[in-house]
Amino acid sequence: MAAVKFEEAMARLEAIVGELEKSDLPLDESLKIFEEGIRLSKSCLKILEEAEHKVEVLVQDKNGKKRIHAYSPDDEADELSS
Amino acid sequence: MTGLLRSSIEEQFSDIWLEGELSNLRAPGSGHVYCTLKDKTSQIRAVLFRSSAVRLRFALQEGMQVIVRGRLTVYEPRGEYQIVLDTVEPKGIGALQLAFEQLKERLAAEGLFDQDRKKLIPQFPRTVGVVTSLTGAAIRDILAVLRRRWPPLHILIAPVHVQGESAGRQIAEALNALNDLSFVDVIIVGRGGGSLEDLWSFNEEIVVRAIAASHVPVVSAVGHEIDVTLADFVADLRVPTPSAAAEAVVPVLAEVVERLRELKGRLGQVMLRHCAFERQRLDAGIRGMTDVRFRLQEAAQRADDMVGQLREMVQQLLTVGRERVHEVQRDLSDLNPIFAIRQGLATVPQFSKRLEGQMGAVLAQHRHRIHVTLVQLNTLSPLAILARGYSILQTVPAGQILHRANDVEVGQEVVAQLASGRLSCMVTRVFDDSSV
Repeated sequence: MAAVKFEEAMARLEAIVGELEKSDLPLDESLKIFEEGIRLSKSCLKILEEAEHKVEVLVQDKNGKKRIHAYSPDDEADELSS
Repeated sequence: MTGLLRSSIEEQFSDIWLEGELSNLRAPGSGHVYCTLKDKTSQIRAVLFRSSAVRLRFALQEGMQVIVRGRLTVYEPRGEYQIVLDTVEPKGIGALQLAFEQLKERLAAEGLFDQDRKKLIPQFPRTVGVVTSLTGAAIRDILAVLRRRWPPLHILIAPVHVQGESAGRQIAEALNALNDLSFVDVIIVGRGGGSLEDLWSFNEEIVVRAIAASHVPVVSAVGHEIDVTLADFVADLRVPTPSAAAEAVVPVLAEVVERLRELKGRLGQVMLRHCAFERQRLDAGIRGMTDVRFRLQEAAQRADDMVGQLREMVQQLLTVGRERVHEVQRDLSDLNPIFAIRQGLATVPQFSKRLEGQMGAVLAQHRHRIHVTLVQLNTLSPLAILARGYSILQTVPAGQILHRANDVEVGQEVVAQLASGRLSCMVTRVFDDSSV
């Protein structure tokens, strides 16, 4: 799930920065996680950029069949059919 | 007669209010509830038919103080009059309030409200499910706050009635439906403010159980701050209002982006610092190596010096030694026995000459001394004395030389030694000197 991915990426990024700031890692190790951190920060930003704002409505018809359609503020009539 | 009484009673007591304590409570399978209503001085049988019983929000309990409304009638088979109850209200507390307390107690006993059941609300949801009414302020508030804080969000509304007969069932079904979708990260369930009656759906057991069963974390936001429903107790997070729910489920995008930038910046900074530090260490290492090279050169030089000194010392020792050897050799050659022998040999003839000369003198001396001695000897010899006419007397046979006359007796033989020959003599008389 993307949410988990983003959350994990953020957590990992925080951990990497914390670990690097302790600075008791050997240089090659530091460089390795530094690169990982840069990758993570880029992919986090990318996730945010690519996600779009979307509001939908989940309705069930009389046979219990589910349907998702875009929401518009004057959808209120739909409520009655659910 | 009973029929007459009955119609009379029913006519007169068609709508009465009574207050009392419930006792002898019985609820057989039919769904009707029978009991006795009593106070300190009197009692009356009561029946609550199923159609009324199901409308009751709370559970009747033995000993409960109630206010009832109903009509009097006569149960003809037994000839007893009784009250047919229409509504039962708990005394001193609202029916809904009591129902709330009763259900809360029961579900709490099941552990539905336990803290360790609560799921964590994800920090960065991608899809938020919203169970509420499409009409009303709640959905507008939620949508506005979500959009403002975290635009890149997928919001999925499951519209429901939030009050009325079917509301509880609809809310439960909506929760189940959102769970079935498998991509919903968190669910907001709620509505705006209202009376206890209005909010009642959120106290219904079916709703509480649906929230408890949800795999997706649920945030409840019912009514205003002061309103508390059982949905709030069972939800993974309870917030006071729908707006607060929206604030609770998403962070502020700008802040997260800022945080990301900050982390990225710190990442670069710390790495730069790390590199600078390593660079310093490297420089120090190189300096250290230069030092070592310098010290090595110094040491080599000192070693060279020492080898030179050593060589010199050895050379000196050798020279001294060599000289000493020469000396000893010279000394040795001086002491060579051949020189002594040669010298000795040279003195031999000299010595032998001197020896010969000396020997002659010594011999002459000795010869002379012998001659003198012989003369002396000759004068001292008894023979010489005898020659001068003396004789020696000796005893016979002992041969003892006689010095005194008393040494012999008369008649004893003595021998007289003369210068030439001997005489055997007989002692005839002995003359002692004293007698002379």
